[in-house]
Amino acid sequence: MMELTTLFYGAIAVLCVYIIICTFRIFLGPTAADRTVGLDTINTLVVGSMIALGAAMWETLFIDIAIVYAVLSFVTTLFIAKYLEGGESG
Amino acid sequence: MTLPMLFIVILLLISLVFNGLGTIGLHRFPDVYTRLHAATKCTTFGTIFITFTVIAYSTRQYILTDEAKFLNMAIHTLIALAALLLTNPTGAHAIARAAHKMGIKPKKAVRDDLEEADLQKKKEVD
Amino acid sequence: MKRGKAFVSTFLLALFTYLVLTLAAGQSMAQDAPWDHIIWSFEEIIIGISVSLIVAALTDHILCRKEDYRMLNPVRWLIILVYSVPLFIEMAKANIDVAYRVITGKIEPGIVKIEPDLKTDLGITILANSITLTPGTLTVEVDDEKSELYIHWIKMDDKPTERIAGSFVRWIRRFAE
Repeated sequence: MMELTTLFYGAIAVLCVYIIICTFRIFLGPTAADRTVGLDTINTLVVGSMIALGAAMWETLFIDIAIVYAVLSFVTTLFIAKYLEGGESG
Repeated sequence: MTLPMLFIVILLLISLVFNGLGTIGLHRFPDVYTRLHAATKCTTFGTIFITFTVIAYSTRQYILTDEAKFLNMAIHTLIALAALLLTNPTGAHAIARAAHKMGIKPKKAVRDDLEEADLQKKKEVD
Repeated sequence: MKRGKAFVSTFLLALFTYLVLTLAAGQSMAQDAPWDHIIWSFEEIIIGISVSLIVAALTDHILCRKEDYRMLNPVRWLIILVYSVPLFIEMAKANIDVAYRVITGKIEPGIVKIEPDLKTDLGITILANSITLTPGTLTVEVDDEKSELYIHWIKMDDKPTERIAGSFVRWIRRFAE
């Protein structure tokens, strides 16, 4: 039983490394759209690691928070995209 | 190592591989549109496999321990899967549209129908 | 009377969403009756109905803009569930393709126009989302009036309408047209 929980923690560690790698795209990205793509990727990875954390700690509450985080990050992405669209054409 | 455990481990490994490919693609591809391909879709697919892993794991725990909270966990993970499937492609579409409206051209493009359509519209207005 | 139908369908959709989200939200108190907290308690249903009434009163003119109630038919919802199976197979196939392109770096991108010839808004929305979900293709712009989609394709090829959207359009016709 314990091995599977440890495995989930290991997966979360790998996902954290991916998130750090994605952060470089936010810093490097030549245009604002590139930075938004990096942010969107990080959001998806955070949702995945929250779900894995919920399974590792046997807490359903984390999965509820992951659902709310997914919906809120979607709204954030839409608003950033809307702002970028309006940035040029008014 | 029993058979269900092996199944769960394989699902988790698939999810990590696809998430990693998405992360690599984010740095390897040349422009916004191709980056969107790698980043939002490989990671969506990988995260779908994480939810599958958690559903399989909690179902197994429910069968082993007969505690109702694992059934709870499986149902809530299914809802999270539906939320991901609905929101992620729409977000990618919004970013692509914004990038095009900002005037970013696809690099190395062989053909660009949208650019031609825009030019035609401009001609009609003039 | 016209607004009545819109109000009722918005109310039902909001109530359904509420019930799905609060499914199994109770505490596991009784060990001998595991299904007791999976279904909703009486208080939860009362709150759900009142919140859905408020939501329906505020937003029915946004959800039902046109006089088109064919999605109230439950058979169409069943077909959407069945549709998720070929969609997932298509996703898996195409994801391996994009993984190959990430590793080798062989890309030949371009933006193509496709004409799927769907009439309803819902059909075009589901088609655009399906296309974006299958890797290798990404919807950039939608032209509502002419039912045309502009799609960024990572590996250009001939006959775009059939190759990108062929099987999806046949499925979507079954439930959205």
